[in-house]
Amino acid sequence: MTGTSNIEMRIGSSPSMVPSVAIVRRVIWETDDTYTLLIDPPRGDGRTFAFNAGQFNMVYAFGTGESAISISSDPFRMNILAHTIHRVGTVTSALSRLRRGDTIGLRGPFGTSWPIEEAVGKDICIAAGGIGLAPLRPVIYTLLRRREKFGRIMILYGSRSPLDILYRVELEEWSKAPNTEVIITVDRGDSSWKGHIGVVTSLFSYLKMDTPSTLAMVCGPEVMMKYTCEELERRGLSAAQIYLSMERNMKCGIGLCGHCQFGPKFICKDGPVFRLPQIKNLLDKKEI
Amino acid sequence: MKPQDLTESLHKHPFLSNMNEELLRTLTSCASNVIFNEGTYLFHEGEDAKTFYLLRSGRVVLEVRGGERGQIRIQTVGAGEVLGWSWLISPYKWHFDAFALEQVHAFAIDASCLVSKCETDCHFGYEMLRRFSEVLERRLEATRLQLLDVYGSAIGERGENY
Ligand SMILES: Cc1cc2nc3c(=O)[nH]c(=O)nc-3n(C[C@H](O)[C@H](O)[C@H](O)COP(=O)(O)OP(=O)(O)OC[C@H]3O[C@@H](n4cnc5c(N)ncnc54)[C@H](O)[C@@H]3O)c2cc1C
Ligand code: FES
Repeated sequence: MTGTSNIEMRIGSSPSMVPSVAIVRRVIWETDDTYTLLIDPPRGDGRTFAFNAGQFNMVYAFGTGESAISISSDPFRMNILAHTIHRVGTVTSALSRLRRGDTIGLRGPFGTSWPIEEAVGKDICIAAGGIGLAPLRPVIYTLLRRREKFGRIMILYGSRSPLDILYRVELEEWSKAPNTEVIITVDRGDSSWKGHIGVVTSLFSYLKMDTPSTLAMVCGPEVMMKYTCEELERRGLSAAQIYLSMERNMKCGIGLCGHCQFGPKFICKDGPVFRLPQIKNLLDKKEI
Repeated sequence: MKPQDLTESLHKHPFLSNMNEELLRTLTSCASNVIFNEGTYLFHEGEDAKTFYLLRSGRVVLEVRGGERGQIRIQTVGAGEVLGWSWLISPYKWHFDAFALEQVHAFAIDASCLVSKCETDCHFGYEMLRRFSEVLERRLEATRLQLLDVYGSAIGERGENY
């Protein structure tokens, strides 16, 4: 994993505890309860803001609080930063009320990233559930920008209902890229929905994977990731070929407070992206 | 299609992968090729379940009648999958409507023929039940996951992760 190796700057002052102010350029409502904030990245000392696909920022709604939110924009487009946010509670609701020109605080980027260099020359299976597509979107942008470097790309996406599907237009565009399949399924459909209905794991029966040369990247609710990893292993991928992005409540984001502890790991600095064997034994433990 | 050709194409269906020749031939004697046009029903809830299908292409959606909520679509089944096990379990009635979302090509397996083969040839019967049990187990697992509503969207409705 490349971690933060190519980061040109971190937002906020060292050791990344003080947020920098960033301006909201646009708010896009993706679904009824999920929106994307397009933000002008802060440019401390005139340097550009760079991140690796899979990393997150601590996003601060002034006067309310801070949340860990993955970066969902294209790592190659450094003039705009996107965070796609599911409105679930206090901070994510406060962020949802922002308008163009409002300000937020940002600290980051933090954490490990998806294994893009390791994926060169391989087939890639991306399995996302719900808002788990957001942390994977920068990977998809990167793979498609460097399309010739990778084998087949399979994007499997599970959503609650057709109305909850994120990035509809982009999913359609991605499906037209060479040697790229996008398969979407919903847990509940209505008569206007002509696509798949069922859980994301059921989509694997429509794919013939060349398992030895495939790398899988999985992100979604923990239970969805657990079943997806089991299905991938059942289909012949070894645990070492599977990466996933974990979540826990966070405070400091830099490995100091212990809020995000997951067994012996801190999700904020050892993760959020892990290779499955690093955390496999923890996934099944109730008390973790 | 000649029986030999039918046996060969049946062999390619994932549900029957690695099944030995002899058992496949037994199954072939109960099988036929069928096509359903897009927009037609393969069967309806409450009807006698006399057949099951091994889908070769196309997609079928299973619907339950939800009273005032209308038809509720609960699952799609596609190429390489099995459709229907109500023929196996009393009272041998379909529990869903099955609607072809696209043109469907399938092998239809006649249930009374299959049951009689299973009863006279225990090895064949065991093999069929073993394969069906795997399908049932996977479907049960998928249904559990679907019921968990892991992507719960409303505030306060979500689980541990997002
Ligand atoms: C590395 C990382 C990346 C993330 N990326 C995204 C993202 O891209 N988009 C997005 O919408 N969310 C993301 N999250 C989750 C996000 O941090 C939480 O949803 C957010 O902090 C909730 O804050 P709140 O004040 O709105 O909710 P609260 O009012 O704090 O809580 C509302 C409910 O959500 C639960 N909850 C709060 N935080 C978390 C969490 N981190 N994990 C699981 N449950 C939680 C609470 O237990 C409660 O049930 C990410 C989390 C991590 C750790
Ligand atoms: S959030 Fe403080 S240690 Fe990870």
